Amino acid sequence: MSTAPGIVAIALADRLAQRARWQPVEIVFWAAAAASVFLLPGKHIILAEIAILALFALSLDLILGYAGIISLGHAAFFGFGAYCAGLLAQHHLIDEPVLALAVSGLAAAALGFATSFLVLRGSDLTRLMVTLGVALMLREIANRFDALTGGADGLQGITIAPVLGRFAFDITGHAAYVYALAVTFLLFLAARRLVHSPFGLSLRSVKGNPLRAAAIGISVNARLVAIYTVAAGYAGIAGALLTQISAFCSLDVFSFDRSADLLLVLIIGGTGYLYGGLIGAVLFKLMQDWLATMTPQYWQFWIGLVLVAIVLVGRQRMAGWLYCARGLVPDMLRRR
Amino acid sequence: MPFALETAGLSRQFGGIAAAKDVTLRVERGARHALIGPNGAGKTTLINLLTGVLRPSAGSILLEGRDITRLAPHRRVGLGLARTFQINQLFADFTPLETIGLAVSERLGHGGDWWRVAGSRLGLNQDIASVLERFHLADAMHEPVSTLPYGKQRLLEIALAVACRPRVLLLDEPAAGVPEEDRHEILASVAALPEDVTVLFIEHDMDLVFSFARRISVLVNGTLFAEGTPEEIARDARVKAVYLGEEAVDA
Amino acid sequence: MVTILFDGIAYGMLLFVLACGLSVTLGVMNFINLAHGAFAMAGGYATVVLVNRLGVPFFAALPLAFVVPAAIGVLLERTLYRHLYARSHLDQVLFTIGLTFMAVAATDYLAGSQQVFVKIPQALEGRFDLAGVGIGKYRLMIIVICGLLTLGLQYALTRTTFGSRLRAAVDDPRTAQGMGIHVNAVFAVTFAVGSGLAGLGGALGAEILGLDPHFPLKFMIYFLIVVAVGGTSSITGPFLAAILLGICDVGGKYYLPKLGAFVIYTIMIVVLILRPQGLFSRAQGR
Repeated sequence: MSTAPGIVAIALADRLAQRARWQPVEIVFWAAAAASVFLLPGKHIILAEIAILALFALSLDLILGYAGIISLGHAAFFGFGAYCAGLLAQHHLIDEPVLALAVSGLAAAALGFATSFLVLRGSDLTRLMVTLGVALMLREIANRFDALTGGADGLQGITIAPVLGRFAFDITGHAAYVYALAVTFLLFLAARRLVHSPFGLSLRSVKGNPLRAAAIGISVNARLVAIYTVAAGYAGIAGALLTQISAFCSLDVFSFDRSADLLLVLIIGGTGYLYGGLIGAVLFKLMQDWLATMTPQYWQFWIGLVLVAIVLVGRQRMAGWLYCARGLVPDMLRRR
Repeated sequence: MPFALETAGLSRQFGGIAAAKDVTLRVERGARHALIGPNGAGKTTLINLLTGVLRPSAGSILLEGRDITRLAPHRRVGLGLARTFQINQLFADFTPLETIGLAVSERLGHGGDWWRVAGSRLGLNQDIASVLERFHLADAMHEPVSTLPYGKQRLLEIALAVACRPRVLLLDEPAAGVPEEDRHEILASVAALPEDVTVLFIEHDMDLVFSFARRISVLVNGTLFAEGTPEEIARDARVKAVYLGEEAVDA
Repeated sequence: MVTILFDGIAYGMLLFVLACGLSVTLGVMNFINLAHGAFAMAGGYATVVLVNRLGVPFFAALPLAFVVPAAIGVLLERTLYRHLYARSHLDQVLFTIGLTFMAVAATDYLAGSQQVFVKIPQALEGRFDLAGVGIGKYRLMIIVICGLLTLGLQYALTRTTFGSRLRAAVDDPRTAQGMGIHVNAVFAVTFAVGSGLAGLGGALGAEILGLDPHFPLKFMIYFLIVVAVGGTSSITGPFLAAILLGICDVGGKYYLPKLGAFVIYTIMIVVLILRPQGLFSRAQGR
């Protein structure tokens, strides 16, 4: 009690900010990502896909890892962003990709905001129903309004202008990868900032104990709406990236498999520390590559087997291995 | 001058059972008001109604003269009503520092800041430090809550409510389950609450009730059974009968 | 109009038989089993093999369509599922999606991806007129069978010793265990019956709903709606929800062919806005 309050306050600031500090292994991670641009020029197409998947998984981590919302239909926002970007380009409403990307993200965020009120209500089961239902409904809409969306054939004949008017997408995928990686990195920085802010702290409290969070004055619903909206925007941007890079967009973007695979991606890497989705995306794509050469047709079986195995082994234990292997500190470890 | 907290005809049904029936309770400003009664009398239900965890079937609740009957729980906190829980409701993976920091930043309206790194407001940190000091949590403030001894967790449970700087504080069995050697710490921290904070508390420990309360309400089967000063309640034969009856059943 | 109502009721009853097992596992064990549809598919394919390949009469195959998934259910419950009752909903969701994917791919591998049909007896084909209303014979049979099942289920839950044990186990598993009820055995039997009923639903529904390896995924949303809208506190809720869903889906597809598929989603959203705890569940306090 005798310590000068100013010193105490500064010491506390230091401790509170500790989680937000950059770890060496994080810097290594991003340095490796940047190095891949130069070291793996032949792999840029698949690397771009990995970057997009990583961003999509990061978006799911925001709601699952930080707010505890289980979604069976996160592809709804991915697909919405994908179609937005496709339509913007096809009708030459916004040609510049970065701007179109931002607009698509905002549109997906708006959809996320609107549907978040349904997700707030009820139990895990109703959340599963609503998230799955919204994705199915959007798919159905995209299918029915074929005059606009091309129906089952998808959006075809899209041409994407060069990024910032200078970097054109080509068959090598160089521009695509750098673009996708840059967007993912910037959005990761924003997400990192967000989860280490007072808002992020209150989000974790809402996930951990909503009853108490409300009892200290936190509006649980406002927090969930906010993060759901942000996550939807992220997913929309990931979808828009896919459309821009592949110059194509089909009903497949809304599919249940995409949402379910995404759960797997995030679970492989671990939830609640932001890198899970990124690491998971790399591992998932490698696994897909490897399995697809063996049994392309029954790929789904192996996905299922991996999911079952992960749950039976225990996600906590896997996070432990990851912890040992990487020296990262997944939040969930501390929870047990 | 309005009462700090006032209910009128407050009722709540669960199926066919009335957990609270026509409760009209008045708590004066700065009161040390105890709510006692046998198990299952509806004491915690009443706290849940007052804080908005449950919606009443009928009746109204006034906080400093303002009707809060339909207000969401977090809004009531903003108006100066905070509570503790009978069973600790803490954030297991937080440290005490983060726990108190969360409450303080929320109270000051910074809980939604999403661009600022947590801890970067120094004025707020002094507030946090003073709460941690008052509740003897400063030594343990960097430990995860789940690893703290129960006594410390119980202190944090109360500190967290106090960090909301309430004008009306509801304590649900503050000393419940606390080992004998840690009790005095809890009692001292409750006794040290500022005089202008109104305290309504549930407690089973009669020593604590009679040493601390200046007014006592007895709740039986969801209704207010008796009310008065500690002396009046101690003399009340009907209250004695209710408690003796319970003991007889227990034995 | 009345014909559509009739078809809708038949469809709804089918959905109820398909989904009631899910409602019970959720209500009793607080377990979210998204692989429920895989058991229905197992029943459907068992019937296809029995009737089409082995020439077993349709009505003789139906009990087996119950038994096969029930046996698979018991096996999986004892070996895998029971380890997950205490786990988080997320783990349960991941695990059962995994199982579903495996079932889908395995069925695709074994039976091919095309839609299959059960050869139904001639006597059940076609329609007859009753007071100017066209009644499909097959659908009438579904209503009769599912109706009897529902009554039997209601009776079993409310009037038998097993039913009261089950309800005791739901209310408070620990106390029930203390009272000498073998909660594990009750759960296993319940799970088996739920899976068996789904299988029976799958067998009966092959004709109406279509049967292919993607069945468990296609109908997942229907099961979820039945359970979420109907609640898990009784079987009356899911029953009414299933009937409502059936009528609306059939009616929607008939009257609004362009928007038919949206009708059920709209209902889902409206119900959620009005009654977040489900349409037929009693408001519960904490």
